[in-house]
Amino acid sequence: MSDRVFAPLSKRFPDVEFEQVLASQQDVAHVSLEQYVDFVSAARDHGFNVFSDLCGVDYLRRKPRFEIVVNLLSHEHVRRLRIRVGVPAADPTVASITSVFPGANFYEREAFDLFGIVFTDHPDLTRLVLPDDWEGYPLRKDYSVGSVPVRFKGSPKTT
Amino acid sequence: MSDTPNVVTGDSEAPSTAKPDEVGASASTGAEERRKLHDLWVAGTEEPVWLRSYTDEPSQELLDAGDDPALQLSRGTVVDDDFFFDDAADPDELQILNMGPQHPSTHGVLRLQLELDGETILRAKPIIGYLHTGMEKTAETLTYMQGATNVTRMDYLSPLHMELSFSLAVESLLDAEIPERGQAIRVLMTELNRVASHLVWAATQGTDLGAVSMMIYGFRDREYILQFFEKTTGLRMNHNYIRPGGVAADLPDGWEEDVELIIEKVSQGVAEYEELFNGNPIFRDRTMGVGVITPEECRALGVTGPIARAAGIKWDLRKAFPYSGIDKYNFEIPVGKHGDVWDRYLVRIEEIRQSLGIVKQVLETMPAGDYRTLDRKITPPPRKRIDESMEALIHHFKLFTSGYKVPPGETYVAVESPRGELGMYIVSDGREKPWRMHARTPSFNHVQALPTMMTDSLVADIVATIASTDPVLGDVDR
Amino acid sequence: MAHQSGPSGFLLTTLNSAVNWTRTRSMWAATFGLACCAIEMMATGAAHNDLARFGMEVFRASPRQADLMIVAGRVSQKMAPVLRQVYDQMSEPKWVISMGACASTGGMFNNYALVQGVDEVVPVDIYVPGCPPGPQSLMNGILMLQDKVMSGEIVR
Repeated sequence: MSDRVFAPLSKRFPDVEFEQVLASQQDVAHVSLEQYVDFVSAARDHGFNVFSDLCGVDYLRRKPRFEIVVNLLSHEHVRRLRIRVGVPAADPTVASITSVFPGANFYEREAFDLFGIVFTDHPDLTRLVLPDDWEGYPLRKDYSVGSVPVRFKGSPKTT
Repeated sequence: MSDTPNVVTGDSEAPSTAKPDEVGASASTGAEERRKLHDLWVAGTEEPVWLRSYTDEPSQELLDAGDDPALQLSRGTVVDDDFFFDDAADPDELQILNMGPQHPSTHGVLRLQLELDGETILRAKPIIGYLHTGMEKTAETLTYMQGATNVTRMDYLSPLHMELSFSLAVESLLDAEIPERGQAIRVLMTELNRVASHLVWAATQGTDLGAVSMMIYGFRDREYILQFFEKTTGLRMNHNYIRPGGVAADLPDGWEEDVELIIEKVSQGVAEYEELFNGNPIFRDRTMGVGVITPEECRALGVTGPIARAAGIKWDLRKAFPYSGIDKYNFEIPVGKHGDVWDRYLVRIEEIRQSLGIVKQVLETMPAGDYRTLDRKITPPPRKRIDESMEALIHHFKLFTSGYKVPPGETYVAVESPRGELGMYIVSDGREKPWRMHARTPSFNHVQALPTMMTDSLVADIVATIASTDPVLGDVDR
Repeated sequence: MAHQSGPSGFLLTTLNSAVNWTRTRSMWAATFGLACCAIEMMATGAAHNDLARFGMEVFRASPRQADLMIVAGRVSQKMAPVLRQVYDQMSEPKWVISMGACASTGGMFNNYALVQGVDEVVPVDIYVPGCPPGPQSLMNGILMLQDKVMSGEIVR
């Protein structure tokens, strides 16, 4: 990538694919599971030291099925960097970046809670937003929304 | 300087031995000392200062305490930050206190578990999820036009910002352009929303600290804004007004007078609040030096918005990544220095003033034109045309039943909400409903940062700290 | 809503009316503001729409001191046991107003996370529709509850 801001990163990680998507030119880096923590750590050292966001996505029919998307921000370069890591469904385990960004703590817990993605080396990987005894991972695509049929007064089913 | 390496304090002359990424350590000194030290070491810089002792003069060691930190502590030759000092407190004397979820001062259903040693907080653990609504799952079942109704209820104190961030994200996927008037209306509404949200913050902050009448004043001034919102959008809260493509309806006739009244009344109100609080010794004592967070902690935890600005980080998304034509207006970004509750109060009061300034500029320069894009594939036609044109009818039908398709891709767009960086990450698979919608909400990070702000302070300061963080639990749990 | 038979006889019915009157004139609400409706509830108690004229400006934090619970906002699965516990702690006579669409029926969030209607957890006396209901709607609901208590329709 010829971009000056990302040059040191792409030099250090030659097989990471950088791209710019959309008309607004958002920078995305596709990283492998093994390089994930090192890449995030290197990004932090090269100016992207503000932790913005971490979320999971379930692509269902794609291999790898899940994806972790990390959003970092750089105050000095005034740029954002989006890091995407594919996580296979057979073993949805990925390293935790709480050692790099403590702010990822709650985000990883939420991804664990709603997707079932396990983060190794996380200080406290428990359910966050759902009750502790909840079964299942709601944001997965094979989990239904859980809507109840709505009945109206006077409709034949209520009588 | 003694030869024995001081295990606890390290080298107190060189701040560079401090570790910038160690989150959670802060010198538990009095407010005055902390202020002095901050001015000495931090003023004008953003260097981290992890001071473990008050003074940089060598400690008087009449007897060689050696490396034993317990002896050093008991002799008073060293003052340590007891966050790292495990045997300072007898485990039998530790008390676990549960605050919430139903509590008058937690700003919603936030539960805090506190480990107390007397009145000092050793550890704090926020437990959230009591307002989890599954909005991200619901978003996958709603079309893009309906999406704004869903996201607007996340941060219910600044719903227009949520709608704006959603709309901007969808528009970035669609590569749609919004006409100038639409953008100006969006700026007007979101800046008024910022004022309204900060008024609620001021009301709750005052009430939590004992100035109970502040609740009445804050909501009194907010009523003017909410009545204007009701006139324009149809609702006082949760408006569903800013939609992908523009805004839902044009401003009503006579809106200029309404906005002028708002500016006048709120400015008067803010002047009153400053008079009440700025010189009030109780307020100052309860807020200065309380709930401190440093810029490094802010970056590591992802804390943004007024909290980060009060800590000294000069960053505002309206200036860094301008959106919706906001760079046409002149405004300043207030930045604090000490990162405590007092600085956050000052920053937010100033932000109210700056937002009123932006509103005034929009009022004077509102361009004429369309309030939404003319692309009929995205925005519905005016209702009158449905009677006249078959095409308009079909468009209306398609848009409101199945919705419009958005090209596949992913996007992340963030706006500056009253609480901080509010981002929307949308993954589209080419159909009418998003494949994944994730909201990056500022209060989520701020609640996570509460232990950092609260450890080593007193129980009485919890309420002030939480109020200054201004969390909205809808934002946190979604 | 249990329909017990009230007291009978002239003296007791007058006393009963008097008691009902006092109950309505200073109904103190427990703070159970959860989400957006809580902000509207606070606005109802504020200056413009004044709840103090009904003797209700006081929102008690402790459920033991409250006799009205306004469930303002969406009740998630994690919050439902807490709601029930707070309701149980209130002493008789107690009433419940379900404020807003989410509290009444689950609102627009017909999904796994919310209890679809607070009446699955606590008995509700008045449902106030709206998303969020404006202060005037909430006051209408409160006044309706007061009428029902005064007339003896709701017997505790």
